[in-house]
Amino acid sequence: MATKASRSAARLMMAPAVILLLGWMLVPLTLTLIFSFKKFLPLRGDSIDSGWDWFTFFPSLEWVGFDNYARFLSSSAFWPSVITTLVIVGGVLLITVVFGILLAILLDQPMWGQGVVRILVIAPFFVMPTVSALVWKNMFMDPVNGLFAHLWRFFGAEPVSWLSEASLQSIVMIVSWQWLPFATLILLTAIQSLDGEQLEAAEMDGAPPLKRFWFITLPHLSRAITIVVLIQTIFLLSIFAEIFVTTGGAFGTRTLTYLIFQRVLESQNVGLGSAGGVYAIILANIVAIFLMRIVGKNLDR
Amino acid sequence: MGRIQLKKVTKRFGDVEVIPPLDLTIEDGEFTVFVGPSGCGKSTLLRLIAGLEDTSDGLIEIDDADATALPPSKRGLAMVFQSYALYPHMTVRKNIAFPMKMAGMDQAEQDRRIEAAAKALNLTDYLDRRPGQLSGGQRQRVAIGRAIVREPAAFLFDEPLSNLDAALRVGMRMEISELHKKLDTTMIYVTHDQVEAMTMADKIVVLQAGVIEQVGSPLELYRTPRNKFVAGFIGSPKMNFVEGPEAAKHGAHTIGVRPEHIDVVESGGEWHGTVGVAEHLGSDTFFHIHNTGLAETLTVRAIGDVKLNHGDTIHLSPRLEEMHKFGADGLRIG
Repeated sequence: MATKASRSAARLMMAPAVILLLGWMLVPLTLTLIFSFKKFLPLRGDSIDSGWDWFTFFPSLEWVGFDNYARFLSSSAFWPSVITTLVIVGGVLLITVVFGILLAILLDQPMWGQGVVRILVIAPFFVMPTVSALVWKNMFMDPVNGLFAHLWRFFGAEPVSWLSEASLQSIVMIVSWQWLPFATLILLTAIQSLDGEQLEAAEMDGAPPLKRFWFITLPHLSRAITIVVLIQTIFLLSIFAEIFVTTGGAFGTRTLTYLIFQRVLESQNVGLGSAGGVYAIILANIVAIFLMRIVGKNLDR
Repeated sequence: MGRIQLKKVTKRFGDVEVIPPLDLTIEDGEFTVFVGPSGCGKSTLLRLIAGLEDTSDGLIEIDDADATALPPSKRGLAMVFQSYALYPHMTVRKNIAFPMKMAGMDQAEQDRRIEAAAKALNLTDYLDRRPGQLSGGQRQRVAIGRAIVREPAAFLFDEPLSNLDAALRVGMRMEISELHKKLDTTMIYVTHDQVEAMTMADKIVVLQAGVIEQVGSPLELYRTPRNKFVAGFIGSPKMNFVEGPEAAKHGAHTIGVRPEHIDVVESGGEWHGTVGVAEHLGSDTFFHIHNTGLAETLTVRAIGDVKLNHGDTIHLSPRLEEMHKFGADGLRIG
């Protein structure tokens, strides 16, 4: 199979894809790094029109060293945004994994209309983030006309203005709703691969249903849970649309991603935003290292 | 104690009656084998006894107490599954300890029983490994270990050797037989392999389509099969059946002669044919014989290495005293 000739042919044929992907990632990354060391305020007349220089990169932009990094870090919005990011990621992970397992167990039971129900459960995953956030905002969470407001009034309670009073929880709820199908789907396939004889053996061994779940089903799911956590973390660290169309970063929902967006596009400070981008890369890597340490060893088995 | 009685036990899946009302008594300490072709309901019967399936009708009594409605864990039975059903994320020690842990047994007693079981089953060196790191035979022993430590009233085996290769199977067969002698506990063993049944059982229950065809010791079944099905199922290679005028000569609808009860003679003999395939095992030679005018093929065992080749004419002399006679209804005559 892998002769010398076929291996070099494989390299040759992979080359275009590899070069394209590398360029796709390296060019923006390099630009971000360069801008993060420069003063770049387009509204104040800074521009890159003067062209490219191989020693100073963009000669028209002033080199400011680590000023942008220091300013981004010392800004009062920085640490709250990091914490908000972690709270959202953690909250969504917790909700999707716990409810994903419960739903997967439920969907694994033989029932009438199983096929249709499974498709319905997966449906939220097909809805675009912007759309689902708008649906939640206007249809459910609107304090005057939302379904929740009607429900609250039906029971005689004062409607909650979800997105301003419980803004972070609302965002977590919206994002969880989107990602629950993903978790459910992966966990469902994992549950289906569990050998029924193991559960029967545990039953004979005197384990009641809850202990069977705890000692047999849950360990069996550990790999699937690991995969769900890893993949979701990658995507959840960068959620943006849900915040943009609901709170616009207000009421304590400003994540690191959103803060960078505000620095670059709202304050038009490209240098400062780029420095924030580099911090975001570092944060993502710290989280990734922690995850790999904690849950990644499950994959070795 | 481990006396198991089935009284009019019936199992239906929807409209399909898999096991029509069935009575059976398994005495304490007996090694009972359920044997039959696949789909005959033997595994279902075992699962009914284990409590993994509900009976549709009838009573299951364990030690004279009604156990029909008891959950599996309360019946005091231990089961060894075909796939072993070991818990892959637990070490061998934890696998064996699991039933005791569930029963809330104290740690010292758990350790004592694990040590004893590991010693009896040659698992002492493997206690800290995971099932994935063990060979098929070792996994089988772990599954048995997990059953032993519960000190059950009876062991249930569901085709436990079918995933092992031929050499290991013979070895494990002996080990399980030894274990039975040592523990002296009731064992119920399900298999489709009549060799396993013959070699291990005190009592064989031959099943077909959920119906018990015959119950008896291995040699009883071999010598006096109650009907054609049992006669054909027990014994290897299969018994030869001859119908028509030859059977009528002996006053039966069908006569059955086992391959080992037909002698190959130089000349004369009552039956003649041409040799088809000859299987030389060294100690024995099995001939498949065509053109006898009696049946499609006859199988004959000759002791030692007999020099006969494909296409040669062979002369046979069946032993009349070992001949089985069956009536038109398939039941044994005389």
